[in-house]
Amino acid sequence: MRKYIVKRILLMIPVLLGVAFLIFAIMTFTPGDPASIILGAGATPEAIEELQEKLGLNAPFLVRFFDYIKGIVTRFDFGTSYINGTEIRSEILMRFGFTFRIALLSMVFALGLGVPLGITAAVNRNTWKDTTSMAVALFGISMPTFWFGLMLSIIFALKLGILPPSGVGGIEYYIMPCLAVSMSGIASMARMTRSSMLEVIRADYITTARAKGQTEKVIIWKHALKNALIPVITQAGTTFGILLGGTLVSETVFSIPGLGSYMVTSIKSRDYPAIQGSVIFVAAVFGVVMLVVDILYTVVDPRIRADFSKGGKKKK
Amino acid sequence: MSAAKNVKKQKKNESMMKLTMRRLFRNKTAMLGLTILVVLLLIAILGPLIAPYSDIEQDLMNCYGLPSLQHPFGTDELGRDILSRLIIGSRASLEIGLVSIAGSAVIGIIIGCLAGYFGGTVDNVIMRFMDIFQALPPMVLAIAVCAALGPGVNNCILALIISGVPGFVRMARASVLNIRGMEYLEAATAINCSTARIIAKHILPNALSPLIVQITMGVANSILSASSMSFVGLGVQPPNPEWGAMLSAGRNFIRNYPHMVIFPGVVIMITVLALNMLGDGLRDAMDPKLKD
Amino acid sequence: MSEETKKNKDALLSVRDLEVVYTSSGAVVHAVNGVSFEIEKGKSLGLVGETGAGKTTIAKTILGVLPDPPAKVLKGEIVFEGRDLLKLSEKEMREVRGKKISMIFQDPMTALNPLISVGDQIAEVVSLHENCSNKEAAQKAMQMLEMVGIPADRYEEFPHQFSGGMKQRVVIAIALACNPELLLADEPTTALDVTIQAQVMDMISELQKKLNTSMILITHDLGVVAESCDTVAVIYAGEIVEYADKEELFLNPQHPYTLGLFGSIPSLTDDVDRLKPIPGLPPNPEDLPEGCSFHPRCPHATEACKKGVVSYVEAAPGHFVLCNHCKDCKKA
Repeated sequence: MRKYIVKRILLMIPVLLGVAFLIFAIMTFTPGDPASIILGAGATPEAIEELQEKLGLNAPFLVRFFDYIKGIVTRFDFGTSYINGTEIRSEILMRFGFTFRIALLSMVFALGLGVPLGITAAVNRNTWKDTTSMAVALFGISMPTFWFGLMLSIIFALKLGILPPSGVGGIEYYIMPCLAVSMSGIASMARMTRSSMLEVIRADYITTARAKGQTEKVIIWKHALKNALIPVITQAGTTFGILLGGTLVSETVFSIPGLGSYMVTSIKSRDYPAIQGSVIFVAAVFGVVMLVVDILYTVVDPRIRADFSKGGKKKK
Repeated sequence: MSAAKNVKKQKKNESMMKLTMRRLFRNKTAMLGLTILVVLLLIAILGPLIAPYSDIEQDLMNCYGLPSLQHPFGTDELGRDILSRLIIGSRASLEIGLVSIAGSAVIGIIIGCLAGYFGGTVDNVIMRFMDIFQALPPMVLAIAVCAALGPGVNNCILALIISGVPGFVRMARASVLNIRGMEYLEAATAINCSTARIIAKHILPNALSPLIVQITMGVANSILSASSMSFVGLGVQPPNPEWGAMLSAGRNFIRNYPHMVIFPGVVIMITVLALNMLGDGLRDAMDPKLKD
Repeated sequence: MSEETKKNKDALLSVRDLEVVYTSSGAVVHAVNGVSFEIEKGKSLGLVGETGAGKTTIAKTILGVLPDPPAKVLKGEIVFEGRDLLKLSEKEMREVRGKKISMIFQDPMTALNPLISVGDQIAEVVSLHENCSNKEAAQKAMQMLEMVGIPADRYEEFPHQFSGGMKQRVVIAIALACNPELLLADEPTTALDVTIQAQVMDMISELQKKLNTSMILITHDLGVVAESCDTVAVIYAGEIVEYADKEELFLNPQHPYTLGLFGSIPSLTDDVDRLKPIPGLPPNPEDLPEGCSFHPRCPHATEACKKGVVSYVEAAPGHFVLCNHCKDCKKA
């Protein structure tokens, strides 16, 4: 098991390097010269030339990439912003907490509410419970996250005045963002759990359990649920990615100073190092989450466990 | 149970396609979705012909108009009719959704089929490359691409195409791998079919049903993503109307004129809902395991 | 069936006039159409018939594990130890399942839960029905593993670590763990390799005799019946078309369908160039033919067979045949 985790972490390294390379390349070969962006219009060619030299922009691409990676790995240094010269590392670290808190809480909601909802729907198939929860779930996956956030804001902040409309602070500031972001997660988890559960309920081993004289309750919660959760766990990483994306966009709605609003402002001001740093950082976090999901997966499914202890390749 | 299997056997004479269509047409939810989509498409096509007002002409005497008989959905901060902007805006929104998924699907399916069919090194290289793309949440990838290319409709479409490709690659590859071992392919090779012909004539049609569902649901997701991109200012640029961009503009006036954000959002939701309803119906209709 | 058999007081289980249908997208599938039989303590009955004849449905109805919907028991009774199982509450029925009546399933590959260790799956049925601690249940599970020829130290292993034959042994261990009165074996060897079919079947028969359990063996293989059963019921389109002691049936088959089954077995003694398959296909259970359901495939069918009710005739004591012209076919 430990061997597998180590192997999995080692596998993450080339992927993250690939992401870094990709992003670095896109940002470098993008039209627009950083030096002219920093100095603004009206800068003399000499000044631009001088700054290019200072920023090391004249060095070959691969050398710059190597330096950049070395900075991140050894000093956790993402460089400085073109626009205001601030350290990108401190910006990311300061802002990341807000983003991650919302995304993670939303994920907890998605699993904690979506999975039971899906089970209820599957067990009571074709009853009003099933129809209602699936109709709600269908709406849930069809709403833009940020729009749902706006609607919540109209109702709870502007009309009822019981929640703060924007900003950060105590727990009450997190209620609406989390609700907004988790909605699509809850809905998709519920849909996934339901269909996976319906599939499992038809399986022969469920009949075996019935034939043993086991109660329906134990059959559902012990025999069926564990099996039904496998595809749900496989999708949990992807769902987290979607929720993370939703959080980034929704930060604008609630004026949360997270990574999302940082990225949006950086894009508008063409602050490439800031965008680059944020994206690479998000990729790393996402990678860790995927790793956790994969480990969880092996805990639940002995077949995968066996695959890895034998040193076999992961089947996709 | 075995008795029920018998019945299925006899129904197999009916072609798969016909059976799917019959099941789909019996599904009321899917048909409602399809109807809504057809209406939306008609509206988008007819656009300027049915829009009561111009989409960009300002009427500064009528700013922030609440819904009324003249302006059923009200007017925005520059006095433009929201209904007309929604009608014209449907073109951009649907276009982004459809074009980006068409792009992702075509590129993704081709790459995926190649990876699955050839296997070995080709497969390995392609899939490691896809790993890199999938190491980023799709929204983040789209934002990164947009950041590099700059805001705008075409760049937004390109960004969405790129972020949608890996999903299609994986799906097409998995389908091909699934089918590749089947004996009818050996039979095709045995009668000297060319590789391209085998992929096009034998593999693709059999991998089609999961892909069709994925495409339908993909359009839904892509419309949602496009509206998100426009919302944060990376998609359609003002003054051109687009649903997400309208939401973004209306947000500043949400305190006093919530109608400016409610209507565009409802329209997005109805569109995506219709696509998902149709997608669910297609999936159920194509699932051979569902008999009832 | 006949009045004599109904009066049999020694019967452990007697099924009377059972009718089961499946409803699927409006169509009604008649899976079991008025089946009656009984089985005495310690004896074994073979249910023989083609795929789709309704054999598995009968077994699942006895155990009360039919999926409802789509399946529905229309009428009949299943009397087991003096009680009609169809009238028991779900709670009472749970006491019966696994303890009094248990079942071996057709496909061992899918009959075991992939995420639970095999030992725990056996121990589950023990702790459900025996009043014992978890430890005792585990102990009993280990005994059962040894009994079916699997080393007890494989208790912690998962189904995917076992071969098909081994999995079926585990399923058998689950079925026999609580010394059931009646064992329902649904084609227990069909999904296995030919080489281990005999092994597994021998083990089932041996354990059945050792534990003095009654058994209903469902199969389409007359050879298996010859080895392990006392009585045989031949099923066609959800009806028992012939019912007799094993020796009687093998020596003196009467129904044209039974004769057809025998005709399609290769023989070691006679030199036959071609086997004689039964012409035609089993009828669509959604739309059963009027009259005798075998008449479209029967070489002796007359106008009378196409209409009207066919009833059982007794060819020899205890040998019942559902055919209008039993004597005819004997001559043929």
